Amino acid sequence: MRSDMTLPSWAWIVMVAGLVAFVTMIVVSIRRHQGVKRSLFASPYALWMIIFTVLPVILISYYAFTDVNGAFTLDNFKNFWDSHYEMNKVIAAEGERLGVDYSAYIQRGSVNVDTLVYSLWMAFKCTLICLIVGYPAALFMADRHMKLGSTLVVLFIIPMWMNFLLRTVAWMSLLEDSGLINNFLRWLGLDSVQLMYTSNAVLLGMVYNFLPFMVFPIYTVLSKMDYRLTEASADLGCNSFQTLYKVTMPLSLPGVISGITMVFMPSVTTFFIPRVLGGGYTMMFGDLIEAKFLTEGNWNAGSALSLLMMLLILVSLSILRKVDPNGEGGGLA
Amino acid sequence: MKFLKKTYLGLILIFLYIPIVVLIIQSFNAGESRALWEGFSLHWYAELFQDERILNALYVTLSIAVLAMIVSTILGTLAAIGIHAMRKRPQAMMMTLTNLPNTMPDIVTGISLMLLFLFTRVERGYVTMLLAHITFDTPYVILSVLPKLKQMNRHTYEAALDLGATPLYALVHIIIPQCKQGIITGAMLAFTLSLDDFTISYFTTSPLVQNLSTLIYSATRTGIDPTLNALSALMFVALLVLLLIVNRRTAEEKAQ
Repeated sequence: MRSDMTLPSWAWIVMVAGLVAFVTMIVVSIRRHQGVKRSLFASPYALWMIIFTVLPVILISYYAFTDVNGAFTLDNFKNFWDSHYEMNKVIAAEGERLGVDYSAYIQRGSVNVDTLVYSLWMAFKCTLICLIVGYPAALFMADRHMKLGSTLVVLFIIPMWMNFLLRTVAWMSLLEDSGLINNFLRWLGLDSVQLMYTSNAVLLGMVYNFLPFMVFPIYTVLSKMDYRLTEASADLGCNSFQTLYKVTMPLSLPGVISGITMVFMPSVTTFFIPRVLGGGYTMMFGDLIEAKFLTEGNWNAGSALSLLMMLLILVSLSILRKVDPNGEGGGLA
Repeated sequence: MKFLKKTYLGLILIFLYIPIVVLIIQSFNAGESRALWEGFSLHWYAELFQDERILNALYVTLSIAVLAMIVSTILGTLAAIGIHAMRKRPQAMMMTLTNLPNTMPDIVTGISLMLLFLFTRVERGYVTMLLAHITFDTPYVILSVLPKLKQMNRHTYEAALDLGATPLYALVHIIIPQCKQGIITGAMLAFTLSLDDFTISYFTTSPLVQNLSTLIYSATRTGIDPTLNALSALMFVALLVLLLIVNRRTAEEKAQ
């Protein structure tokens, strides 16, 4: 046992009690049914998920709709819309007290909304680039005549074994003013360019990290596709571009949808890449949430932002599901 | 045309591998500079085995990955068998519960767990990180075991019962062997996810208990020192060798 296994004793008691309850349930069920009722096997997991997934989500919602004293309020959401909300309230109250019109001093602070819009815009650009770069890659990987597929899948996965923080940091050595790219430019006799700490550097880092998540689902769908369909389309007089456009692309749509989901979701919420490659100058929504919790210690405002983020993801997922109702795109494998 | 396609794929691979190559080269650099090559040296590798902080973080990362893998594989396999045997409605409910963490962004999962630990006044540290890792690993185990269960012929299990096997015996000797492949895939997925996780660990641990990811994160503020590069180069090579061994073994099994 490690010395830092610091759970309070009641937590251990709860865990042991849960285990005992589970074993008793199985034993009772064996006695009654002359055998184990198999659906009971899922009960420890159900309990686990209730404690560690459902309860935490309820907690987030609770904090999002309450103030510091635990009273119901919508202020956290108003704070999101107007980051000067608290200040404006004070100004308005003061104006009322003095009987002076202060409305000229009341201005909406748009920091939070701007950050959200910026995050969505960056995620959109990242997803688009991944799609444009990744689709041909998946197409060529699935090319039957090249027989490269499975080898390339492995080659795409291997980089992901290196810790993604370190891989992202490694880009710094390439991009910084005294880095390899700028040294190379100087060696060629050209002027060096500012690459680090720009939103393009952040974009590069995002594309770098998420590109495989676009390529894999598209590749999976394309490699399962019946290749005779493309042959048939060629026999019927389509040239290769028409075949691509009219046969291959529509059939690969589920993979594309799955890829878009897998790239867009982590892109909106990323909070490490902008900090390293953007130098913290370009804040994204993930950074904002983290700052609310860990820097400002304002759980209520942070919870409201997290809740909004979850809502946003759920809405975009349900839109994407409409396009691909059967979820044929599959996951990584 | 074929040449163009290969060039395109090659360029993408270069893009994916450039940072890794840079990182490995840096780990052999005698100097501390990121850009200047000051000669070959194994200095950082020697330093690595004396750096208490890094070794401790490595221990935390590996032990949590192993423990989380074991617990989530058991929990997830049991759950998959249970969910598979359920009637329609409870099954749909359990599947929603299983898919929920996948649709939640990492940062929200991490923060919601942090709130849970703060709310229940459980001090964050090794155990809370482990609990969090088990939580995000288990759904992946279920999602890799369930398809195997669905492919299984229902009647084999019933036949075993008819032939006098107890349900437990049939479970161990019929069901589990048939979804072995799914269980192994799930366990490996759990291990790698846990090994690579940063966001959720970051919110569920204290600064005193760090895994490699959170250590690297706090190092980015002061500057990454090449010892970390040396460590990740070593881990990278270790995983590569492991993959080659596994590949060769499966190839041999196929050949037999």
